[in-house]
This record gives sequence, C-alpha cells and structure tokens, in this order.
Amino acid sequence: VSVEPEKPSANEESPEPFVTVESQDPSIGVDEWVARSTQRREHGPGLRGTVQQLSGRVGWWPRLAIAALAGAAVPLLTVNDFQLQIGINALLLAMLALGLNISVGWAGLLDLGYIAFYGFGAYGFALLSSDQLSTSGVHLAAAVSIPIVLVAAACLGLLVGLPSRRLSGDYLAIITLFFGEAFVEFTNNVAPSKLGGPNGITAIDPVHGFGAQITTNRGYFYLLLILLVATMAVLHLLDTSRTGRAWRAVREDSLAAGMMTIPVNRVKLMAFSFGAVVAALAGTVFAAQQINVFPTDFDTPFLILIYAALILGGAGSIGGAVLGGLIISVTLDGFLRSPAESGYIFYGLILLTLVVKLRPWRRLGAVLAGTVAFGFAMNWIVGAISPAAVAGGPQSSGWIADVVRDWVIVPANPTTAGNVGFVALICLLIALVQVKGRWRTLLLVPTLYLAVCVWEARLVAEPSITRQILIGAILIVMMNARPQGLLGSRRVEVV
Amino acid sequence: MRFFVQELVNGLTTGSLYALIALGYSMVYGVLKLLNFAQGDLYMLGAFVGYFVIQWFGGPMALTIPVPLLLLFMFLLAGGGVGALGVVIERFAYRPLRDAPRIAPLITALGVSFFLENSAQLLFGAQTRVYNTPDFISLSNGIHIGPLDIDIVRIMVIVLSVVLMIGLTLIVNRTRLGRQMRAVAADREAAEMLGINVDYTIAMTFFLGSALAGVAGVMAGLAFNQVTTLMGFVAGLKAFTAAVVGGIGSIPGAMLGGLLIGLAESFATGYISSTYTNLIVFGILIAVMLVRPTGLLGRAPLQKV
Repeated sequence: VSVEPEKPSANEESPEPFVTVESQDPSIGVDEWVARSTQRREHGPGLRGTVQQLSGRVGWWPRLAIAALAGAAVPLLTVNDFQLQIGINALLLAMLALGLNISVGWAGLLDLGYIAFYGFGAYGFALLSSDQLSTSGVHLAAAVSIPIVLVAAACLGLLVGLPSRRLSGDYLAIITLFFGEAFVEFTNNVAPSKLGGPNGITAIDPVHGFGAQITTNRGYFYLLLILLVATMAVLHLLDTSRTGRAWRAVREDSLAAGMMTIPVNRVKLMAFSFGAVVAALAGTVFAAQQINVFPTDFDTPFLILIYAALILGGAGSIGGAVLGGLIISVTLDGFLRSPAESGYIFYGLILLTLVVKLRPWRRLGAVLAGTVAFGFAMNWIVGAISPAAVAGGPQSSGWIADVVRDWVIVPANPTTAGNVGFVALICLLIALVQVKGRWRTLLLVPTLYLAVCVWEARLVAEPSITRQILIGAILIVMMNARPQGLLGSRRVEVV
Repeated sequence: MRFFVQELVNGLTTGSLYALIALGYSMVYGVLKLLNFAQGDLYMLGAFVGYFVIQWFGGPMALTIPVPLLLLFMFLLAGGGVGALGVVIERFAYRPLRDAPRIAPLITALGVSFFLENSAQLLFGAQTRVYNTPDFISLSNGIHIGPLDIDIVRIMVIVLSVVLMIGLTLIVNRTRLGRQMRAVAADREAAEMLGINVDYTIAMTFFLGSALAGVAGVMAGLAFNQVTTLMGFVAGLKAFTAAVVGGIGSIPGAMLGGLLIGLAESFATGYISSTYTNLIVFGILIAVMLVRPTGLLGRAPLQKV
C-alpha cells in the first residue's frame, strides 16, 4: 500500500542529472513519444478514464448545444443586473479570445494590435448610431450598421495584415503593436469633433432594427450568447476546413507550407481578416451595450487581458479560448472587484492549486496543518515581541476575515508592511521554484502563510492592481508550466 | 536658430535615453532572439531607485552628502539593482522557455512587463514623484552662448550616454565576455560546444542591458524631474521603435535609432504639434519597416532550412 504513493516523492527527491521531473512523459516528438501514441489514445484508468471515454463519445456539435443551453440558463438563475453585466463582460472576452485565437492560435501570427479591431468595431458602430457624424446624426439600424462595420473591419484586417507578407515573428508583433497604439493615439487626438477625443462618443443607440430594440442587460446577454455560439460554430467549420489546415501548416513551418503549394501570404491575410471581423463584432455589441466608448477602453492592458484568457484556455482550441475568457473575466472582473467575494477566489485558487499539485494526500494534509500551526506560532511570537505588529485586522470582510483575524499578522499600518511582505513573497516564490523535494514542501508553509498575510494586509485593499498583477503572473506561470493551456493540445515539435 | 538648437538638445537628450534602453532590447535580442518587453519597466524601476536614493540622503533640499557622490550612488544602485533584477527575470521567466516555440517567451515577456508595472504601482502608488533636480544641481551651470542656454543636466545625460555606449562597444568588441556574447548570438549550440558558458553569458547580457535601462531611468528622472509607474511603457515602446529602426540586434543601430527617434520626436513636437508626436514616431517606424524590414543597420538573418 505504501509503495504506490511514495513513488512520485522518491522520484522528486533524487533528481538524476539527466532526468527531469517530468521524465515519465517522454518529451514530445522523440521516438518513445511516438511509440506511446496508441497508449495515449486509449482512456486512462479509474473514474477519470470513464469521464474521458464518455466525453469522447459526445460529438462537437452536441457539446456546443449543451454549452449554449447552459449559458442560456444563466440569466434565469440571477436577477441582479450587476451579475448580468459580469456575464456580458465574460461573453465579450470569450468572443475576443476566439478571434485572437485565429491569428495567434491557428496561424501562429503574434498580433499585438488585435485590440484595435475591437476598438474599430466599437467606434464604427458608435459613429453610425449616434449624432457624431452630422448634426442630425446617423442612426442606422443594427442590421445595416453591423454588417457595414464588419466588412470595413475585414478590409482593415487585410490592410494591417499586409506587413505579414514580408515580416514574420517579432517584427510582425512590433508593427501590429504600433498599429494598436496608433489607434488609441488616433482616437485620442485626431478630429475631436468627430471622434470625441478623450471624451469618447456618448449617447450611442442601442441595438435596434425591425421595430424592436435591445435595452436590458438580459437582452444583451442573450444577443451575445447567440453571437458567441454562432461564431464558435463558424470557427469550428473553418477549423476543420482546408483553410484551417492551411493555417496550421503555415504556423508550423511556413516555408514547408509554401512548398506544398499553400498560398502562404493569402492564408496569413485571411487569418488577420477573420480575427478582425470577430473582434469588430464584439466591439459593436460592446458599444451598443455601454452606450459610450472611450479611447482608454481599447488600451494595451485590455489586450493583455485577452492574451491571458487565450493562453489560460489554450491557444489553438475553440473551447479553450471561450473557457479562458469566461474564467478570466468572471474571476478577475467579477469576484475580485468586491472585497467580500474576492476572498473566495484567492483562498479557493490556493486550495485548488494545492489539491491538484500536492500528492500524496498525506503531504497535502501536512502542509495545510503546518501552515495553520505556523501561523498561530508566528502570530504569538510577533505579538509577544511587539503588540503593534499584530494590531491591524484583515482588510477584507466576511466570515473568512473573522476566521483568520487572530491568525495573520497585519500591523496597524498595513501599507508599508504589506509592501515589504509583497517583495518578500516574490523572493520566497522564486526560492520555492528553485528548491526541490522535501525543502520545497518545507518552504511551502511560510510561503502560504506570507501569501495570506500579504493578501489580507495589502492586496485585498487594491483590487484593480491585484487583478493586473495576477494577469501578468498568469501569463508567466502558464507559459512556463503549461504552455498548451487548460484545453489546448501540446504542440508537436518535429525533431 | 535658438529654438532649433534647443529642440536639437532636447532631442539629443531624449534620444540618448532611448538609445540606452534600446541597447538592452538589442543585446537581448541578439543573444536570445527575444523581445524583452520588460525593458521599459526596468527603466521605470531605475528612475524609482534614483528617487529613493535622493530621499534616503535627506531629500533634494537638505542633502547630507555632496552632489557628485549622490549621483554616483544613484547610478551605481540603479544600474546594479536593476541589472540584478534583469538577471533574476531571465533566470525565472525566460530560461525555462529557451527551446520553446518563439511565441511562448514573447507572451511571457508581455506578462513580465505587466507584472513589473503593476507591482510598482502597488508598491509606490500611482502619484507622480518629483526629483526636484534644480534644488541640488543649479541650472545656472551649463553652456551659455548668447541667447543659448543648455543646462548642465542635459549635457551630463548626453555625455554619460556617449561614455556608456562607447564602454559597451568596447565590452562587446574587445573583452572575453563580449566575444562570448557574439559567439552565443551567432549560434548558441555551437558556442556551447566550444565550451562557452551560455547561461552565464546570457545572464551577463541581461545584466548589462538592464543596467543600462536602470541608469537611463535615473537620467530621465534628473532631466525631466517626474517619475511615475506608467513612464516605462511609453519609453519602452519608443526605445523599441529605436531598436527596430536601427536594426534590432545591432548595437550601433540601437544608438542611431535612439537618436533618430529622439530628434524626430523633439522636432515633431516643436515644429508640428505635440498631439501628433507619437503618430509621427510610429509612422517613421512603419515606413522604415516596410522599406527595410531589417532596420537601417540590421542584416537580414540567414534562413536555415
């Protein structure tokens, strides 16, 4: 009985010089990996295997239908307008991640100006549905204005994609990044009477046409859900089409793809154009729902949020992009905003990571018990040395704050101490990555405790900055630990 | 004429700062083929280090040590500290991804930049910090010829940048480390087979590049007085343009590009309009990229099949 759980720990503690920790999995592409392909295709043992087998039997289309139905049920569960707004934001981010997936995930073109297409869609819709362009205003029906904007976005995508004919990789990233920056500069500075400058465009019509208009959040939620599902369906068809295969071929090796008579340039331009259309579609709904648009809505931080969503979900997979968008948006935009609920996300994430990563169960229990004991001990020691150092309470509220009140160290002036703790936490995390085996488990205890202290002392009081820091951390950690994301498939490198 | 010379000096000042940051981009790109987006944020952190050094020694009005010594401390601490941070970033964010597909380290670099910027925002707050340079370096020092006056800080920035660039060129061309850097840049695997410690060389490249950005940050604080956590992104972007315009991976190219962008920006602000400055800079970039995709002094990479 004891042999089974000991195995991974023994392996971790005695790292041989030429064998990495993941050595059970042969690295992708080598002979051994190819030899194990049938083994991988068969389902694994136990409950997990059964679930895998069952989910494998359900086709892509029924799965999409189930997801759509589940999404449609969400507004029935909530009546709160704020929660619906979170849902709308999540659907928007999912849609944006889907569009980004076309150029980044499928065609392998790093498009850092993607956000401008979103802005273009929003501004295009805003101009065609407000008083901005002329004195009486242009108020086209959505059924007219949205297709106009989408066609224009497709053309813009072609235009921006043009450099991809000559440039590749990093240079393309730069040009597109500047395109994104130029869009913000342009809307901010050029023609303030038309584009509104920093004040943006206000009083935009809601989506209307055929004698009806959508004004409620519930209506926009359903509109976005329908658009998202339709986009997913179209993209799935595209993915399995000749074009989709051509994109992947170009991503893996554009030279070889060219040799196989794939029109590399045209395929790249198509990827840009399709991505632009999806982003612009999201932009039009965003503008209509928000009633106003500002240049700052389309700045780089939001672009990085979209990237984080795509990377978390898994670049190259439709389900992954949507899932990543939903997760990022709901956790970071939704829950992190309110101090009471952000605690659930923080502690929940830590617990989840520990449960997933720490095996066997005994070790998980030991770490948790150790952390609790360490916390009380530290609190008692620090309190005995200087009562002022534990004078402050947790900055959060709710029952979690009450539970940890006598456990964490929060000084009377939490800002400075929290800052010092934050820097110390980063150092500890770096050290944690460095050490292996038993030392890592030991070091995990003070790291966890310090993380909770910093959270309660500082991070919870600055939700928007915490959110941005987390986005940055997600990008770094995901790229290092699991570059394929949650649902993506591992890239096969030809050796 | 007077206006022209003032704009020229302004352009050279900002241009040499951009050049210093751009050198970091270029060096890192040379050895790793990675665009280290965090470079601009390292520059911002350097500026903050300088600010805290001034505060540490009594603030701008009541300095406890002589000004030259203060400047020395600022440059050494900013260069050393930010350089060390660059090494840490390389070690933990980029080294594991050295053999990953190209897109992975790029996205990581975006994450690092975002992480640094917002961590700084958490630690230092959003308010603007002020160096108050005129309080301890009198502006009446400097060159005054007729109606022209060029203050001493700007002269110092330009001179020090030139000295640093010459020093860097010497390091790259004349020293053992520089030879190793060039070898790693040319072919990492071959360099490794020849017994070059690739990890050490790359770490040192990061140290030098980041230290230059840190020093540039202090100089920006001295010359422009204001320090915010958001200054890194825009400066990084401009420096990035400079590196690309000059030909990324080329050290003289980064210097040339930095000066070009600085001058273009300064003259565009002076003679056209400050609202279009950034658009003009981006326009230059796009024009250069379309005409010479490898930059002014860059060489087209040989494509191995």
